[in-house]
Formats: sequence, structure tokens, C-alpha cells
Amino acid sequence: MQHTIAALVENKSGVLSRISGLFARRGFNIDSLAVGPTEDPSISRITIIVNGDNYIAEQVIKQLNKLIDVIKVSSLTEIETTRRELVLVKVKADEKKRSEIIDIAKIMDCNIVDVSHTTLMLEFVNRPERVDLLIDLLQKYQILEIARTGTIALQKGSKSI
Amino acid sequence: MNGAKAIVKSLEREGVTHIFGYPGATIAPLYDQLAHSEIRHILVRHEQHAGHAASGFARISGRPGVCMVTSGPGATNLITALATAYMDSVPLVAITGQVYSHLLGRDVFQEADITGSAEPFTKYSYLVKNTADLPSIIKEAFYIASTGRQGPVLIDIPVDVQLAEREFVFPDEVSIRGYDPTGAGEVKQIQQILQELKSAKAPLICAGGGIFTAKAQVAFSKFVQETNIPVVTTLMGLGVLPTDHPLNMGQVGMHGKSTANDAIGEADVLILMGARVSDRAVLLPDKVKRRTKIIHIDIDPAEIGKNLDTTFSVVGDMGEVLAQLLAMKPPRTADAWVARLTEMKKTRRNDYADRAKGVNPKAFVYEMSIALPDSYIYCADVGQNQLWSAGNIDIRERGRFLTTGGMGTMGYSIPAAIGAKIAAPERFTIAVCGDGSFQMSLMELATLVQHDIDVKIVVMVNGKLGLVREIQTEQYGDNQIAVDLSGSPDPVKIAEAYGIPAKRVRNQKETIAEIQAITQRKGPYLLAVEVDSWEPTLSTNG
Repeated sequence: MQHTIAALVENKSGVLSRISGLFARRGFNIDSLAVGPTEDPSISRITIIVNGDNYIAEQVIKQLNKLIDVIKVSSLTEIETTRRELVLVKVKADEKKRSEIIDIAKIMDCNIVDVSHTTLMLEFVNRPERVDLLIDLLQKYQILEIARTGTIALQKGSKSI
Repeated sequence: MNGAKAIVKSLEREGVTHIFGYPGATIAPLYDQLAHSEIRHILVRHEQHAGHAASGFARISGRPGVCMVTSGPGATNLITALATAYMDSVPLVAITGQVYSHLLGRDVFQEADITGSAEPFTKYSYLVKNTADLPSIIKEAFYIASTGRQGPVLIDIPVDVQLAEREFVFPDEVSIRGYDPTGAGEVKQIQQILQELKSAKAPLICAGGGIFTAKAQVAFSKFVQETNIPVVTTLMGLGVLPTDHPLNMGQVGMHGKSTANDAIGEADVLILMGARVSDRAVLLPDKVKRRTKIIHIDIDPAEIGKNLDTTFSVVGDMGEVLAQLLAMKPPRTADAWVARLTEMKKTRRNDYADRAKGVNPKAFVYEMSIALPDSYIYCADVGQNQLWSAGNIDIRERGRFLTTGGMGTMGYSIPAAIGAKIAAPERFTIAVCGDGSFQMSLMELATLVQHDIDVKIVVMVNGKLGLVREIQTEQYGDNQIAVDLSGSPDPVKIAEAYGIPAKRVRNQKETIAEIQAITQRKGPYLLAVEVDSWEPTLSTNG
């Protein structure tokens, strides 16, 4: 089972290594990890997708909380959270296939950000499942390269962690 | 003033009286300034022992122990001591020298990424970049090390940061937004404990080292006295109650007392106090029946539910939680349950019979501990000597038993005893080790002599790595490999070479006179006790 965990951490060197080191030595399986600055430049927000049962999720939260550089940790439930990923996909697209791929891009509502004689680059921001679907649809054509961010998430409404 | 002087000043402000260390090039500026301070430096003979000595000092003084070493191998040698302190929640502030900042990452002479390599074994660490930050970092380090779940904090300081000139500004207070150690427990949960105790027929407390780190021994014994709840302890909790206290049922776990383990099996409510239920107390999770209600009180929320499912828990400082419990007038447990355990305890006795060959180490530990002054500090090493010590030692109200519970680091006892003795010069201090562990720290005999530290040493000599031998005998068809210590020097001659008087005893009769001598002598002394290499630890303890 996947758990979405959000943490506010000190924005200074070594913090990410402390967090990733913790995951490695406690044997936590991380599906994705995304880090970026927040409205306060001294704080970064980390979104972690961890795979495991409730015991693992609880351990991840408790162990993260123990780190001095971690200011706040919260587990985000799927229903009350907006989750997003960004993906860039470079697909092989010769003249014959180009329009088919453009159709998929239109249906999925994603942008074409680069084009060449032989390739198309698609940019897509959506829920992780939709990103999976786009990649699945493009599998039929030859995907040359993918760059995908980890999931980021915020609670809906006025709530914050 | 320069950074090095700022460090010394900050340490003085933090009340540091002693530093255990070993110098080198990258820590030279700090040593240069330390020479002008009242702080006493104890030169050890190996960096690991600087950490262990600081650990012994911290556990007896109740303040963080301080150690300092140079960069590279000096720093990496310290890691085992940091890990040992981390596992047993001992507050340390470790200062390491580091190469010039502009050379960091270039693999220059004696460079090691110590903050990176010690990361899993420290509560927090700093690689200092600016001289101006030194005072606040040192203040923070002491605060972090000594609050919440205590532990080692590492400060890595490049030479140029020690040398740069800055104005000295010492902060009045510390505020770390990601760190807010818990104090009192939640009132609702405390009330719940009382509720459970009211209906409990056979409640039991399992007490751990957390009671010592919270300095809550007095509150604990008061709580036990008032509630009449029997107590079992972990290895780290040994001594929270005197051994002969009527409610003390002994140590639990693989190497524990059968009464203690049986009590766990029969209890209907089990309260874990400052204990983390490690795997060496493994019998505990196994013995606990499904119906047993488990209440876990600990300062570290991450320990709750980690090794054992709990019915409910209280996160808080053991001292504060005990005060809260006492204020609510906890109910008194019926005498019948205590009487049943006491009966059990009476019928089980340790085997103190004379041995045909060598000294019976169990009888020796018991007899010696009885003879020592009540306020003694007993540092047990690791191996059979640790288990014989833990299983047979008689601890009175003011006595302390120090050992490495979590890491099981061989060579801990002598340096830890050095630190402990320096923290409490008036207390009789003894290190008990085996001939294996002795050889991991015997260079510290020089430290004893140089600084005139009155620590007594007992070496149990059996020519083997006895505990490993037992494992090989029990689990590997007695295929004894790499456990024979032939070629070892005579500990008596080693001691004499350092100018320390020493004696060897070969049988029970000889020990009686020697136990008397050891308690009365002034100054360092070593006693080598011959033990048969087949003497087991894993036999039943009463």
C-alpha cells in the first residue's frame, strides 16, 4: 500500500542525505521523493511516497520526526489531498506516426514542448495514475527518454500540515 | 579571539570540567587554547576510549561527556564509541578536527567525512563552516545531547575555522524549531494507567535504562514502594532497585533470571518504563501472552510499537511521568501476587559451588560485590564476564552497574571506569573484563597511571573468547575456531609493566583474601581471576 508523507525540513546542506540515509538503514522502500523550497526560504518541503503496511508508515513518520532538521511530518490521506507529478516524454515520431501521437496529447490534455524530424517531446502535469496512463499509451510508439518528478501533494481546502 | 578559544570558552560556559581526548594536526589549534583553560584534559591511548571514557563520565555525572580527537583516523576510531553511546542513549559531545575547509572533498591527508560516516550513530552532527557559529553550535550540541532521548552529538571543525578571528558572542538560549523534547506525559493516558492498575491482578513493571538517564531512581523506588508492584529489569535497568529489594524479581531476557521471565509470563498488565524491548530481552515478547495488557512509557515516541505491540503508551520523561503517577495516588497491588513471585524467587538459587578447576566466576562476582562499598561503580565489559556480572552482582541503593547494553562493545569497561571515576572520585570504581576484552583496552592502563586514577581491574582469564566458544559449542557442534587466545600476555605482568600492582588467583580459597585486599587498597590494582574455559553462562540463573 502506498502512503503519501509530507515533511517540512530545514533548508540546509546535509538534510536530504540524513533523510535518505535513514530510509536506507531502516529498510524503508521509497517509491518517490520530491524536494523543493517553500514560501519560507529557510524551509524545504519533502513529499515521500512510501510503500508498506501501516506499521512501516508509522515508523517512517516517527523516525522522520526524530531527526532534528525535520520540523513537521504528516501523513496525507488520498481523498483530501491533491497530488501531482510532472513528466517529460520524448517519443520517436516520424511523419507517419506524428499525428497519432498528437491525438493522444490532445486527448490527455498535455503539451507538446519540442518537435524534430524524428521526435516529439510531451510535457504532462497530472495525478500519478494519469501520468502512468499517458506513458502506457505512448508505449505503443517508441519512448526514447522519460524524465519524471516524484509526487508532490498538498491538502485540499484550508488545511495545511 | 580565534575559533579555538571560542570553543574553549563555550565549553567552559557549558560547565565542562573534563575532556577525554587524543591530539593531532587538525585539532592542534583547539589543544593550543585548551592549555590555558581550567578544563582538565585526560589523554587516553586510543581515540575509541576517549569516547568510552566520556560515556562513563556522562553516566555517572549526569552531564554530557566530552571527547575530542583529530580528523581522519582519529575521528573514525571514535565511531565505535559514538555508536555504543547512541545505542545506550548516553549524552556525549564529540569534537573532531577537520582539514582546511577549502580542501574538503579533495581526499587530502587525514581527511575523512566523519559527519557522514557517523550519521547513523549520532543524534545530530555539525560540520562547522563559520567561526562565528561556534558558540551557538556548542550550546545547541549540549542541549540536544542532554535532552529528550539523550545521545551523542558530533561537531566537526576544520582547522581554518578554529584559527579564524571572530568576536565571541555566547547565546543565552537555544531554540531549534524541529526539536521539542517531551516532558510530562498526557494526563489522559496517565489516568488510563491508573485505571488499568485498579483492575489488574498481577501487574508487573519492566524497568530499563531510561530511569537512570531521567535521573528518576528516587521517584521510581517511591512508586514501586507505594504501589507494591513487582519489578523486573533489563540489562540497562539493572540497579534501579537494590538487588535484594523485596519487589525486585531480577533481570529479564535470554540471560535473565527465571523468576523474572516467569513473572512476565504470568503478568496481566505489564508496564515498560524507559525500556525499548531489544532482542536481547527477546524472551520478553515471546513470553508475553496475548491477553497481557502492555503499557509502554518512554521518552522516544519512535520506540513505542517498534519491537512490541502495546495496548497503550505514554510519551514522556520518566521522572515527570512518575511524578504525575504518584500525584494521582496509584492503587496498591494485593500482596498475594508479590508473595507468589517471592516464593518462586526463594526456591531458585544460583550455582555458587566451588569448581574443581579455577574460580567459580558467578560466586566470585557475588562475593566481591557484597564486599565492595555500597556506592561502588561496577563496569562490566562484554562476553561471559558481562553475563556473569549482571547475573550475580549485588547492587545496593547507591551502587551503579555500567555496561554496554545495546552495542556490546568489547573493551568498554576500563575506559568507562576511567570516566566514571573522574566523575565521582570518592566512589569505589572497578572494571571487570575477560582476557579478550582486556586486550582491547589494556593500553589504557597507562592513562590510569599517568592521571593517577584509582580504578581496580578484574580480568577473568580463561584463555578463550568464552561466549563465542559457547555459541560454537551449542550451535556449531563444538567446532571451536578462532576462540583460542593462546599467546596472550600474563595480565599480572602487563599490569606490573605499567607499574600497577597485580595478583593472580587460581581457586575459590585464594579469592577470599584478595577480595578483601581489593576493597582496601589505594590506587590502581589488577586482579587476574582464573576461570575454567568450560564454565558456562547459559545455564539457568536463579
